[in-house]
Amino acid sequence: MRVAVVGVQGDVEEHVISTRKAMENLGISGEVIATRKAGIVSKSDAVIIPGGESTTISKLIFRDGIADEIIQLAECDRPIMGTCAGLIILSKFGDEQVEKTGTRLLRLLNIKVRRNAFGRQRESFQTKLQIKNIGEVDAVFIRAPIIEEVGSDVEVLAKFQEKIVAVQQGKILGLAFHPELTTTKVHEYFLSLF
Amino acid sequence: MRIELEKLRYGTELVKRGFAKMQKGGVIMDVTNAEQAIIAEEAGAVAVMALHKVPADIRASGGVARMADPKIIEEIMDAVTIPVMAKCRIGHVAEAKALEAIGVDMIDESEVLTPADTFFHIYKKNFTVPFVCGARSLGEAVRRIWEGAAMIRTKGEAGTGNVVEAVKHMRMMNHAIYLIRSTSEERLYSVAEKFASRYLELSRLVKEEMGIAVEKEIIYEGFTFEDIVEGIYDILLEIKRLGRLPVVNFAAGGIATPADAALMMQLGADGVFVGSGIFKSSNPQKFARAIVEAVQHFDEPEVVAEVSKELGEPMKGSEISKLTEFLQTRGT
Repeated sequence: MRVAVVGVQGDVEEHVISTRKAMENLGISGEVIATRKAGIVSKSDAVIIPGGESTTISKLIFRDGIADEIIQLAECDRPIMGTCAGLIILSKFGDEQVEKTGTRLLRLLNIKVRRNAFGRQRESFQTKLQIKNIGEVDAVFIRAPIIEEVGSDVEVLAKFQEKIVAVQQGKILGLAFHPELTTTKVHEYFLSLF
Repeated sequence: MRIELEKLRYGTELVKRGFAKMQKGGVIMDVTNAEQAIIAEEAGAVAVMALHKVPADIRASGGVARMADPKIIEEIMDAVTIPVMAKCRIGHVAEAKALEAIGVDMIDESEVLTPADTFFHIYKKNFTVPFVCGARSLGEAVRRIWEGAAMIRTKGEAGTGNVVEAVKHMRMMNHAIYLIRSTSEERLYSVAEKFASRYLELSRLVKEEMGIAVEKEIIYEGFTFEDIVEGIYDILLEIKRLGRLPVVNFAAGGIATPADAALMMQLGADGVFVGSGIFKSSNPQKFARAIVEAVQHFDEPEVVAEVSKELGEPMKGSEISKLTEFLQTRGT
C-alpha cells in the first residue's frame, strides 16, 4: 500500500510518521511518501492533506497539478484525509475568509467550513475528544476551522461544544484538529478504509 | 452542556509548538502595513511579521527600535486571514504582554529591536501565545527552548541582504546537533552546565560587587542554577534522541533572493523568514511569489532558476565586514 502526504507546506513529517506507525500497528506493509510535485499522488492508494496554511497549500497544489490528482483519486473511491487546513481544502463550500482570499477548494466533501472559528492562536487549545468509530483521542485545535453545514451524504464523527469537528463521506475523512500531533488511532482508522 | 471545561487547555507546549509546526515549509514575510500584508498573503506567505520598519531601515535610521504601534498591528490583523506575528524587544515582558493582549499569533523576541534586558530573555512559559527567538548556535537555541520558545530561527544578520551569517548559524547548529548525537549522557550533562552558565551573569556581577558567596540562590524566574541545568540537560537528551531540535527551526537574517531561500532549505531549515528582501526589492509581488516557490521547490534547480528570471533589482545589501553594528550579538 502506498500513502501520499501532500508535502507542499505544513506538518507533513508528523503525518508521515503517524501513518508509518499506524501501518506498523496494523501489520500493513507499504510506503508513505511526502510529495511536493505532481506524479506521486496519482500512483498512490490514499492521500493525506496536512495541517498548515490553507491559503498557501491551496495555491501550491492547484499551481502544480497535485489538486487534479487528488480529485482523480477521489473518483476512484480511494481514502483521502484532510486535517485542519486539509479539511478546508477538501470542502465544497467555504466562508467569507475563503472567499476573500480567493482560496480554491477541492469540493470533495459536501460540507461548509468556517476558518479560524475558535479565534486566533491564543484561543487555540487541546482537549479530550470522543470520535465515532475511533474512540477518545487527545485533540489539538490550532486556529482551527469548524464544519458549519453538512450534506445528507456526510456522517458526523465528532462534535466539540456543539460544533462539528470531524466528518466522513464515503472514504473521505475531514478533521478540524491535528491527530498527527498526538495519536495514531485516526490514521489506523483511515488506513482501514482502504 | 456536557463539556468538561477543565479538560480544555490553552497555551500548552503541544498547542504552541503545534502552531509553529503548521508554518513548516512556508515563508514568513516582514510587513509594515496592511497593504504589504495583503501582497504577502496573495503571494502565498504562511504568516506575516508586523513591524514598524523593516530591518534595513532600522539599521539605516539608528536610534532605539521598539515594538510596532499596536494600531498598525491590528490593522494588519484585520487585513489578512493568515497568522500575524510581531516583534518585542529582548527581555521586554511588558511589550510582549501588550502584543499578547491584542491577540498576535506569535511573538518574535527579536535582536532586530534594541534589547531591553542585557541579562535575561523573557520567561516565555508564562505566556499563552507562542514565541520565536533567534539563535546563532545550539547553546542560544537550547536556552531559548528552555525558556519556552516554540520556534527557533537563525539570527543571521538582519537588514543586510547578505545570507552569509544565516548560513554560518545554520551550519553551527547542524554541526552541534551532529556532535550531540554521539556524545555520552554523562558528557551531555557538562554541556548542559556550560550552556546554563549564561544565566549566572547577573548573580556573578552582584556577588562580586558585594564580595559574598551564597549557597542556594534563585537566579532567574524562581529557578536555581541546578534547576536550569536539569532543564537544559533534558532538552539535550531530546535533541540526541530526535537528531534535531525539538522545535521548528527556520532561517532568517539576510535572505534576499529565491536562491538564498532555497539554499537555507537545503541546509535543513524548516522554513524561511524574509525581512527586508521583499519590500526593499524593485518588484515586491514578484519577489514574494518567487521566494514562496523557491522554498517549495528548493531541491529542484530548474524551478529556482525559472522563478529567478527577470525579478528586477533585489535589495542592495551590505558586506558584513563593513558593518559597524552587529544585531546578532544581542541577546545570547
